[in-house]
Formats: sequence, structure tokens, C-alpha cells
Amino acid sequence: MRIALFVTCLADTLYPEAAKATVRLLERLGHEVDFPADQTCCGQMHVNTGYPDDALRLVRRHVRVFAPYDVVVAPSGSCVGSVRHQHAMGARRAGDERLASRAEEVGRRTYELSELLVDVLGVTDVGAYYPHRVTYHPTCHSLRMLRVGDRPLRLLRAVRGLDLVELPQAEQCCGFGGTFAVKNADTSTAMLADKLRHVLDTRADVCTAGDASCLMHIGGGLSRLRAGVRTVHLAEILASTETIAARG
Amino acid sequence: MRTFLGMPATAPPGVGHLRGEEPFPAAARRALGDAQLRRNLRHATTTIRTKSGAVIGEVPDWQQLRAAGRAIKADAMARLPELLEQLEAAVAAAGGTVHWAADAAEANRIVTELVRATGADRVMKVKSMATQEIGLNEALEAAGIEPVETDLAELIVQLGHDRPSHILVPAIHRNRAEIREIFLREMPGVDPDLTDDPPALAAAARRHLRQTFLSTRVAVSGANFAIAETGTLAVVESEGNGRMCLTLPDTLITVMGIEKVIPTWDDLGVFLQLLPRASTGERMNPYTSMWTGVTPGDGPQQVHLVLLDNGRSAVLADQVGRQALHCIRCSACLNVCPVYERTGGHAYGSVYPGPIGAVLSPQLTGVADNASLPYASSLCGACYDACPVMINIPELLVHLRAQAPHPKSEAAAMAAAAYTMDHPALYAAAQRAAKLSKLSGPRGRGLPPPLSGWAASRDLPEPPSQTFRQWWAER
Repeated sequence: MRIALFVTCLADTLYPEAAKATVRLLERLGHEVDFPADQTCCGQMHVNTGYPDDALRLVRRHVRVFAPYDVVVAPSGSCVGSVRHQHAMGARRAGDERLASRAEEVGRRTYELSELLVDVLGVTDVGAYYPHRVTYHPTCHSLRMLRVGDRPLRLLRAVRGLDLVELPQAEQCCGFGGTFAVKNADTSTAMLADKLRHVLDTRADVCTAGDASCLMHIGGGLSRLRAGVRTVHLAEILASTETIAARG
Repeated sequence: MRTFLGMPATAPPGVGHLRGEEPFPAAARRALGDAQLRRNLRHATTTIRTKSGAVIGEVPDWQQLRAAGRAIKADAMARLPELLEQLEAAVAAAGGTVHWAADAAEANRIVTELVRATGADRVMKVKSMATQEIGLNEALEAAGIEPVETDLAELIVQLGHDRPSHILVPAIHRNRAEIREIFLREMPGVDPDLTDDPPALAAAARRHLRQTFLSTRVAVSGANFAIAETGTLAVVESEGNGRMCLTLPDTLITVMGIEKVIPTWDDLGVFLQLLPRASTGERMNPYTSMWTGVTPGDGPQQVHLVLLDNGRSAVLADQVGRQALHCIRCSACLNVCPVYERTGGHAYGSVYPGPIGAVLSPQLTGVADNASLPYASSLCGACYDACPVMINIPELLVHLRAQAPHPKSEAAAMAAAAYTMDHPALYAAAQRAAKLSKLSGPRGRGLPPPLSGWAASRDLPEPPSQTFRQWWAER
């Protein structure tokens, strides 16, 4: 299958390992990955911070760039949520019905990584090997906007060598929320403190998730505390094999 | 500015409790430092959440019930003027009197005059958000009338010269030791050996309130629902103190937001199934009082209904925003909100705290007067899942953020970012420049405000040696 990678601006700029892992994983499973170079950002930060007019040009770009593809994948539940739920809404708000229906079409063909693997490609055992103790944080937008459910957990359970430990109060937000983490830094930090406590309680070596943004937040807190626990994107774990092991 | 119905566009400033004295982040910062408050909130919200989740799990058609609740409210909002006139006619036909209040000041004036006309200098109150919203207690006190709150938690708040911090559990920020201290200090005739044992505290409140119930001739209530076809008003409560107020006095004055009207008696059945499970985690509401005008020789013989607008017509005029008027004040969104759980209700400044408050208060006052509230959320979506009438609170928050006044520097940065991201070559250059820049300092500790908020508690990742698109191009 030919799959377009919607890398997301955050993974492109700060977490390229998650995006490279997505490419390696899909190619290992026998698929062709294309990276349309004109893509930049889905505009979620603008929409969620109150700048829908600025976001509109990014929605137009995103729709134009990805319209030619039958299947699009992103290593981010949040950015897929934005494409699927906010793009058409923003277009309608601006009175552009044509853009709205094209955005809906692109949204229907855009998948978060675990959705693509389980629902479209029909695999839960991707042949990965990752010999570490891991806990999984089900990011809010994957959980409540996309309803990915236990797909990531099914993928993780099939990884050889991986010791999966349940995260207490997993469904509580880590406190990132985009610009919320800056505008309400104190409240965000209080939420993060509880998330970190739960992560540390699991005694896991690695905290994983399907969103680089939440991992940046949790990882930023763990790093500041010198907690000795790493954050690793789900794609990196799934791309890891006996021959090409990801960092642990 | 006036709305299409001729009502004032927003709730007026200077009266009532819809506006805070400081922006949310500053008020939240102080609340976050109160370890006792944090502990109380964590315990209370976790308890209610667990209880509510369990009883909702028992209902196989919960999602259909939610959809029915939403549909009834959407229909009622779509023909609100017609339903309100139908309600007015039905209440009048049953012997009640209906008053229309454009805003908080007019509602306070109407209630004060009605109480004065009875000659009473004291009123007893059923727990009510609408009267908290308009600051009725202060207005009555200014007119020399003593309001006595009879809901246990509202009584604790009133005696403590405090403000409610939760829609349903107004004293959620207090624990029993604090309540004992308040009672010992403020309650007339209280036993000086009072302990902080909950039954002892409840018994003290009961002795105090019994005297009030038997000697007060005027009561003021809110209403959870008003049925247009019959003119019936309904109050749901857990203690029975509300029912005392609704049945014992000669005069009953009800202040109700105009959005509380529902079309038919049958519609009430849907909400009486949704409300208790979503709010207190009970299968059935303990005390449901309903009255239709005056029943000769039984209960209050003077029955008044004050219909309150106070910004609601303006909310109704916003096709997206009007969902906030569907709220049945169950507080489920507060109890699941990770922000509310940590800051408590006072940080929101308004009597309507939590996620629903963050979308309702700014709409009632105009967004400029509560500009920080739509940002008081990480958009985690737990509120939308919990809402028994499916109000899409995250959508509303984002909708209101677009209307909020923005800092000039932020607006310029956002416009520049959008322009850059709409030009891939420029974007790629910016990515490389950001990596080389020493501006952010080690792990982000040199970031300038407002970005320094990030670095106060979190490191930035080490920038990678190449971006993904560089790697792809070289592949």
C-alpha cells in the first residue's frame, strides 16, 4: 500500500526519530511511504489558541498537499484529531463549503499510527522486539477525540521482550494542552506532577504514547527531575527489532 | 448593545458574581499552593467520580438518554420565546405571578419589592445558582432583609462569609474541622462542645435550621426545570431542607434562568434519569419537589416566578455558543476536570466554575470581561464525555478563544508563524535557525516570557542533529 506520511511539525522539528521509525516500520511491513515535502503544520496550535483565521491558510495547504493520497498516517493522535475534527469546522466557519468537504474527505483518509496498523493494515503483531519495562499513557486526543481504545495496547502486548505495566489513572490529562502549558504554566505543572508520580509508581524504564507533544511534556518533567525514566514514541518501540534496536 | 430580542447583550458589571477580580492563571496559582484545598478537592472529586461512574455503568441506554436530553434542550432553545410565553400563561392560570427580569439588577429589585410587600425582614433560601449569579443575598441585606441559606453546604459558605466553589457541593473546599470552627464561631446557640463528627455537625445545622423553617414566612428558590405545558416548577435536592422552604411559608418567590424551561411533562422524565446519576452518583434523586401555581389551603398561597435573562438572550443568539444554555447544573464536568480538581472553584472568579463555567461565564458577561476563562482548560475532553446532555465544551472553549482579546505580541507571533508555515522553504529555514539559536538556553532555561513558563518545571528536548525532512531528503 502507498501511504503518505503526515509527519507533524513537532516530530519533524524536534522528534525526527518518531517519524523515521514510522517510515521504517511501514516499509518493514511491505508498504511504500511517501513524504509530500510541501506539508508543514495542521494549524492546531492556531485554532486552539484562538487564531482560526491564521489557521485557515494552513488548513488549505494541508488539504491541497494530502488530497491526492488514499491513505495518510501521522504519528500523532492530536494532529489527526485536528485534521479530522477541526479542519472542516474551520472551513465552514470561514464560509468555504468546498474546502470543508475536501477537508472532510482528507480527514476520513487520515489515520493515527495505531489505527492504521490495526484497522487498515490488519496487524497487531508487527514483529517488534523491545526488551524493556514500559508503561503507556493514552493521550487525551487519541483517547477521546479519535477513540483509539486499546489498539496501542494490543500492539504493545505483541512486542517481544516488552514488559507492559499499567499506568494508574492513565486517562487523566498530563497537563500539556498546547499553549495551555505556557498560559497556565502552574496548573499545567500541577497536573504533570500527578502524571509523573503515576509514571514513577509503575517502576517502568520507559513511558510511551502516540503523541510527541504529550511525551515532550512528560519527558520534560522527567528530565528536569533527573528521574531516570525515558519517554519513547510508540512508533519507535514498534519499529525496534532484534537487528535494529531502538533506544530504551 | 442589545440583542435581537431587545435584551441587554451582557450581564451588567457591578452586580452579582460572574466576574473574578483577577485572571484565572493568577488566582489558580494561589489556589494551587493551598495543600489543604488540594487534598479536599482530590478526595471529593475522586469520590463523586467513582460513585457516578458506577451508577452510570448500570444504565444500558445511557448514551441514548444523553442524546434525548440534548435533543430536548436544543428544541427548547430553538423556540424559547414561545415556550416562555406558554409557561407564563400556564403559571398565571394556576394562580402564580410571572415577572420578567432583563438582568441581575432588575431581578434583585423585583425580589426585594416582593419581600418588602409581605412585611417580612427575613427570607429562607433553597440552594440556587441563579440567585448566587445575581448576588441576591447582598441586595436583600442592603434592603435590610436577612437571607438564610438552608442548604447545608450553602449555610456553611454563608456562615463562613465565603463564596461557593462548586455548583453542587458549594463547600467542597472545606473539610469537617473547618466546618466545626465556622459553626462554633458563627452559628447562634451552637453547642460549645460540638465535635467534627459529621452526624454531630448535621445535627447542629438541623437545630439551627428548624427554627428558621418554622418562623420564616417567605422563601426564595431557584428552579431546575419549568414545564411550559403545565406551568409546573421543579426543584431537585438531597436534604429535604428545600422542600421545607417550598411548602412551609406563605410566599414563595422563584428566580429562574430562562433556559430552564422544557416543553412537556414527559421531557422531565429524561432529565430526572440523567441528573442524579451524573451529579451526585445516585440512582434516583432523594427529594424532587414540584409545584404548579397555588393550591388553595396547601403550601404557599403567594407564588411568584421571576424569569431571568442576564445575558442569556445573547448566548442564545450565538449558534455555537448556545449549547452552554443546555446545562442542567449537574457538575459532572467539574468532577472530571483535571484543572478544576487542582484549582477549585474560586480561581474561576464566577459562581459558575469548572469547564461549564469557563464557557458560560464569558458568554454571559461578554468574553472581554472573562477573557482568561476559555483558556483555563487543556482541552482534554473529559468534560464532553461526562456531560449528561452532551455539551461539546472543548468546541465551545475554542470558539470563545477566537473571540477573546489577544495580546498584541502573541497575535503578531501567531500571524508570523502561520505565514512561515505556509511557505515550506521558509519553514525549513526557520527549523534550522531555531536549532542553531542559543536563545532558548540549556534545555529551554533561557526562554523569554511567556515561554519561560514552560521551562519553570520542564526541560526542552535536545535539538536533533537533523530534522526529519533533512533526513528524508538525504535518504
